[in-house]
Amino acid sequence: MSISTALLAILLGLAAGVLAGFFGVGGGILFVPTLVGLGLSQLDAEATSLLAILPTVAAGTWRQQRYGNVRPRSALVLGLASIAGVAAGVQIATSLPEDTLRRLFALLLLGVAAQLAWRSRRPAPYPSDP
Amino acid sequence: MPKLIAIGLVAGLFSSLFGVGGGIVIVPLLILVAGFDGKVATGTSLAAIGITALAGTILYAIEGNVDVAHATLVGVPAAVGAIAGATVQQRISPRALTLAFAALLSVLAAWLLVG
Repeated sequence: MSISTALLAILLGLAAGVLAGFFGVGGGILFVPTLVGLGLSQLDAEATSLLAILPTVAAGTWRQQRYGNVRPRSALVLGLASIAGVAAGVQIATSLPEDTLRRLFALLLLGVAAQLAWRSRRPAPYPSDP
Repeated sequence: MPKLIAIGLVAGLFSSLFGVGGGIVIVPLLILVAGFDGKVATGTSLAAIGITALAGTILYAIEGNVDVAHATLVGVPAAVGAIAGATVQQRISPRALTLAFAALLSVLAAWLLVG
């Protein structure tokens, strides 16, 4: 990887983090296209994105905890229940053709873009962060 | 409790299928289905995503799909950015940023669909 590619990746990572902090998400929606741009396959980009999400949510959770916005028991139930869903998702993703997975992800991006545009035309139905 | 388990299951499937945390699913569901306040939904979602993403990372690592060097390259600056993002939130128009973000995602979607 060239220096300029690495710098671009770091900048995109930083941008993903800013958006993650702003909208209260993990940043995966920007990590995946960034990693695909760096040459990873769609499946490897999605798997790698999940690891990249960890420091982002750790920082976000630490911050939200201070504001008293985290319900630890609910988070634990949600997180533990999600593991079964995660296992199913990994099976589906690894068995889908690369092209299909990439198109599904592109549709997800469009869906989120539409949702954001919709949110911005009315008072937000929910605040994203204090 | 059954509601939280159902939301967790859906979010987990969504997370590993798309390589995202699942916050875009968890936050609205916590508000609409479980009756959470918006800020608490966001904070609790972030904490839950930590467990979800860890499970996904482990399962994908077993399959050999996780690239640690690339994850570090984007993940570490993102953690710094996340703290900055929450701070900037107080100072700029959320509407402008939301629309800019929507436009960016649309461009990326078009690139992935064509490319």
